[in-house]
This record gives sequence, C-alpha cells and structure tokens, in this order.
Amino acid sequence: MPNQVKLKIDGEYVEAKAGESVLDAARAAGKFIPSLCHVKGLTPVGACRLCMVEVAGIPRPMPACTTTVQDGMVISTVSEKLTRYRQMIMQLLLSERNHVCAVCVSNGSCELQDMASKLGVTHSEFPYRYPRLPVDASHPRFVLDHNRCILCTRCVRVCAEVEGANTWNIMSRGVTSMLAADLNGNWGDSETCTMCGKCVEACPTGALAVKGKAVEEMTKNTDAVSRLATARGGTQQ
Amino acid sequence: MREVVIDPVTRIEGHAKITIHLDEAGAVEDARLHVTQVRGFEKFCEGRPFYEMPSLMARICGICPISHLLASSKACDALMGVRIPNTGAKLRHVVHLGQMIQSHALSFFHLSAPDLLLGMDHDPASRNIVGLIQKDPELAKQGIQLRKFGQQIIEWLARERVHPSWIVPGGVNRPLDPEVRTRILAGIPEAMKITEGALDLLKGLVDSFAEEVAHFGNFDSLHMGLVDTRGNVDFYDGGMRFKDAKGKILADHIQPDAYAEHIGEAAVPWSYLKMPYYKPQGYPEGLYRVGPLARLNVAEGFGTPKADEELAAFRKTYGPVAKSSFLFHYARLVEIIFSLEKLEQFLNEPDILDERVRAEAGVNFNEGVGICEAPRGTLIHHYKVDDNGLITWANLIIATGNNNLAINKSITQVSRHFVDGNNLKEGALNRVEAVVRAYDPCLSCSTHALGQMPMQLQLISPEGRVLDQASR
Repeated sequence: MPNQVKLKIDGEYVEAKAGESVLDAARAAGKFIPSLCHVKGLTPVGACRLCMVEVAGIPRPMPACTTTVQDGMVISTVSEKLTRYRQMIMQLLLSERNHVCAVCVSNGSCELQDMASKLGVTHSEFPYRYPRLPVDASHPRFVLDHNRCILCTRCVRVCAEVEGANTWNIMSRGVTSMLAADLNGNWGDSETCTMCGKCVEACPTGALAVKGKAVEEMTKNTDAVSRLATARGGTQQ
Repeated sequence: MREVVIDPVTRIEGHAKITIHLDEAGAVEDARLHVTQVRGFEKFCEGRPFYEMPSLMARICGICPISHLLASSKACDALMGVRIPNTGAKLRHVVHLGQMIQSHALSFFHLSAPDLLLGMDHDPASRNIVGLIQKDPELAKQGIQLRKFGQQIIEWLARERVHPSWIVPGGVNRPLDPEVRTRILAGIPEAMKITEGALDLLKGLVDSFAEEVAHFGNFDSLHMGLVDTRGNVDFYDGGMRFKDAKGKILADHIQPDAYAEHIGEAAVPWSYLKMPYYKPQGYPEGLYRVGPLARLNVAEGFGTPKADEELAAFRKTYGPVAKSSFLFHYARLVEIIFSLEKLEQFLNEPDILDERVRAEAGVNFNEGVGICEAPRGTLIHHYKVDDNGLITWANLIIATGNNNLAINKSITQVSRHFVDGNNLKEGALNRVEAVVRAYDPCLSCSTHALGQMPMQLQLISPEGRVLDQASR
C-alpha cells in the first residue's frame, strides 16, 4: 500500500496520507465539514453524524471522521442532500433535550449554538421532547447538566485516552442513553475522577461546566485538550 | 345583579380582565381584577443550580429584569453567605437606578400621559402614545428620550438592555469602564431637565383631575417600602418598613429573612395573582400598598436635595401619608429625580471604578432571601437549596402582587363613583382601567403570565350573567 493516496474532493484532486480520515484530508485541503463530536487527537467515533459526506459508489452518506481515505475515492462534502441532512441532525440534537441558550452558562461560547447558526438552523421541525433530566452538582468543582448533553462522548474519550481515569461512560441505549460517572453514581462520589477538568474543557456545550459560573460565563479550551491528546500520541486523527 | 367586563385592560403590562358587579338597581356593588394567566417560575426552577437563578428569574419580566436580577442575586448572596465588595454593590445600585428611570418614564409618558394629557374621555382610538405625539410632539419626544437614557445606562454598564448577564451572585462580573461613567454623567443634566419639566406639567394638571384624585384608590391603608438605616428611601437594600394611614410605623427595618413573619399570602379562586397582606392585621384587613407612593409615604426622605425638596412640597399638599393612588404618577416623577441625583452621587464616588466587584463562594446556607425595591414596589425572592446548590423550593412575591388587594379596592371605589350600570360610558370604563394603570402593574411578572397583556371588563348581573363587556 503506498503511503500517499490520491482522491477527489468536490472535484479537486487531493493527496492524503494512507490511513488518514476523510475528515482530516478534506480539512487539510481547506474544506469545511461540520462536526461536534470530533476532537483531533481523540479516537473518532462518528457519534454526531454531522460530518456526513457523499462517497461515489456508496448509496448512503458516510461519516468523514471514521471513513479512511482510499486511492481513487470521489467525495462530495457539499450537496443539497447533505445540507438538509446536517440541518435535520442539528434539529434532532436541539429537540432531544432542553437546550435553552438564553439561560445557559455557555451561551455565546457554545459549539452546538455556533454550529446551529453556521448551518442555518433557525427552528426545529421536530417536536421538542422536553425530558425531565437531573443536574449532578455533587462534584466540588464541576457540574453535569444532562439537559445540555448531546452524547458526543468527548468527555468519555478524553477521560479514558488522555487522563486514563475512565470515569465517564455512556449507559443505556438510544434515546435513553445517559452519561454516567463510574457505575452510575454521583460524580462527586466517583473514586476514579482525578478532578482534572479535561472533560469540562472538551465538552462542546454547557453540559459540563465549572461550578459557580453564571449564565454566559463558561468558556472552554478544547484546543488545549486536542494538543494534549495529540502530544500523547493519540490517534493522530 | 348584573356584571360589566373590561377585557382586556389596556396600556398595562400583562393580561387581566376586570368584572364590575351590579345590584338590581344597576349600581356598582363590587369590582374585581382577574389576572388570568399563570407562568410557574417558582416550580420550573426546581433542580437548577442556584447561580443560574438570576438569569432564569430575570425572564419573568422584560420591563424590570434588573430588579429580578438584583433580588435573585441578593438571595444567592445569602445562600453563599458573602458580603459583596462595596463597588460591586454600588454598581448593582447604579444599574438599578437606570432601570427605575426607564421604567418610570415608560409608565408616565407612554402609558399614562395619554389619559392625563388627552383626557380620560378622549377617543380611545388615539388615547395612546401616538395620539400624544400628535398633541404634544415635544413632550412625547422627551419621554422617549428619558426612557432611552435609562435603557442606555443599563446597556452601557451591562452590555444588554434586557436580561443582561452582568449581575451575578456575589456582585457584578465586570468593573465599570471610566468612559461609561463619563457618558452617563454627561446625560444626567438633560434627563433632569426633562423630568422637572414633566413634574411641573403634572402639578399643573393634578387640579383638573380633582375628581380622580378623590376616587382613584383614595383610602386609608398601610404602606410598605424599604428604608435605609436613617429611614430614607433605598431602592437596592435596606429593611422593610410598614406605616399606617396615620403615619405610625408598625414595623421597621425588617430584614429579608424575616419577611414571612410580616407578610402572608392569601389565594382567591378568581385570580392567579395571590393577595399578600400584613400578617399581624390578617386578611383582608392587612391591605398595604407598595411602589412609588408607598415609598414616599414610609420614608423620612430621600437624602438628596432636589428630591427632598419635591417630597416636602408633596407632603405640604397631600399630608404626611398621601392616600390617593392617583398620586402614584406624581411619586414616580419624584423618584426619577431622586434616581438621577443618586446616580450622580454614586458615579462621583472615588471607589466606583474599583476593580474588585465580585465575591466568590459556594453554598454555605440552604436558605436565602433577597429583597429590593422594583419600580412597582418591593420585590422578594426566597430560595431553598440542597447541599450541592440545587434549588429545591422558591417563593416569589412580586411588586404588583403586593398591591393586589389595593388595586381591587381601588377599582371598586372608581367603579362605584364613575360607572352607571344602566348607562355604560367608555370614559367611565377607561377610568376603571386608569386606576389600575396608576399602580403601573406588571401582571405578567406578578403571576410569574405568558404573552402580551391586554385587559377585559365585564358587567355581571346579580344572577352572574355577563350583561356587557368591553375588550381591546
């Protein structure tokens, strides 16, 4: 297998490293592909599905973060269908839990909010579910608000792959999936949590936040998480 | 008996309807203000972290969000058990003065001036701010300008006019920019000129409203408001004072955490708005009024020269405890003068630019009460939290709620005097609405109601039949 592969993205020839993801290759070529669950350096999981691209010869869209480049691949990152799908995905994310920007600690500094705006999502065609979800404020420094969680699993991965603590995991399935600390105890009672705060920095929304931060006061430093992950040898994705 | 219905009541904030109950002869027996919506803020905040409460509770109102931000933040200060830095407290006070100016200007110029300048019997189609612009464009312009100044103070300080996130538990989250101080100070003289002009105008008009002054909620009652340690009006802090109609102080310097010993809340089946009353006198005898008029009545003074001068003149005419709720308009303008003077005072204090403006702490107490004077009267936020700082219970007593008994008594009085059940006149019904407007009620706030706030008036027969109704 040669080290370099050639593929075509949106009609342009692009060279990429063998084994690289379509997302990395496309971004290196200056293409915009939206994503929320991806953090460079952490294992890609294809959780948010926003990075869907069309691959010639495959009837359904593929997530760019978990699809590896192949020689001769022909990719489209922009199409009416993709725009529509991405908007629908955003609407589903927004309608699934209780995302009330105006009174959120991350208002103004939220990747979910920014992405909705970038993708032109102005409302949801799907009915809001308004689930009743708890807030775990048992941790002395941080707080977990399930209402604002989009299940991207960035926290799960950064905790396992960079800190090595494995505090976070996802329990249950489908729409009942929830982030759980250890064996689904209170975060404050966790025996594994090192209080490092990387999960908070990696979280794209206000789901994980520093305790005591008032509305609009929470800003995240995901770049630092990415640098740490990459420096540790990560997945180089 | 028959019934008249006014639905909706216009030029107030929120939704309400008024029913006027008539006896067999067509005379008014009773009148009621029905607040027709409930919002549930006390309930849905349960489970939220306490430090999100100020922003969450600010959504109760778009007119006076600053008051909710303050009362809520003060309740949170109590949960944390912190004393907030002096400059932080002063900046909170300053932004609150901006809100007093804009809210009072809105009430006087936009909502009530059409009644006062065009007349209670003026054609309702143009008895509004647009009609006012046609009749007296200069005054309308000044009113808009004064309100804008108040709004700008808020925006310059807090970066947003409505629902800013600047006021936080422990203080404010950013010190004052010296340039903003200069800008506000520069705007005060013009704002003062407008206010003094409006007050002169109102003083000239009051005589032509002698009948309204005599019947617009003109009765003996208790009054309540916050006063500082010297007994002067204090919008931001201080203790509650109850004074009776003879000027006797019944309770003084009541600290926030003791409010429930003095205020009870009665519920009635025909309105979502509860009826707070002065506990020692029971319900409904413990009727008290809050807001601009009550504040003028309970306090020794303002502690600023121009406002004190105006207060002295006011007392000379209306006695030490003014009775008529029509005078709320007068009191409101005096309070704008006080706000402008106080603003200047605060902004000229040397430590106002200090950068230490916030105290940080977690939960140290499971219960906290925050009280301040909103434009419409005393505002109480009371929270309980668990050990992690999540809200388990909340009780809110909103300014307009305090006035509920008084508003009901006032509309009964106005209806008895002006409304003839056998010959309904629009101007008479407008007076019933106008007395409600005198209290500048914020009904959407006080029921913690959704949506806009039109009002309805119904005429009800002794059998409970709706005979006539007016709604706009």
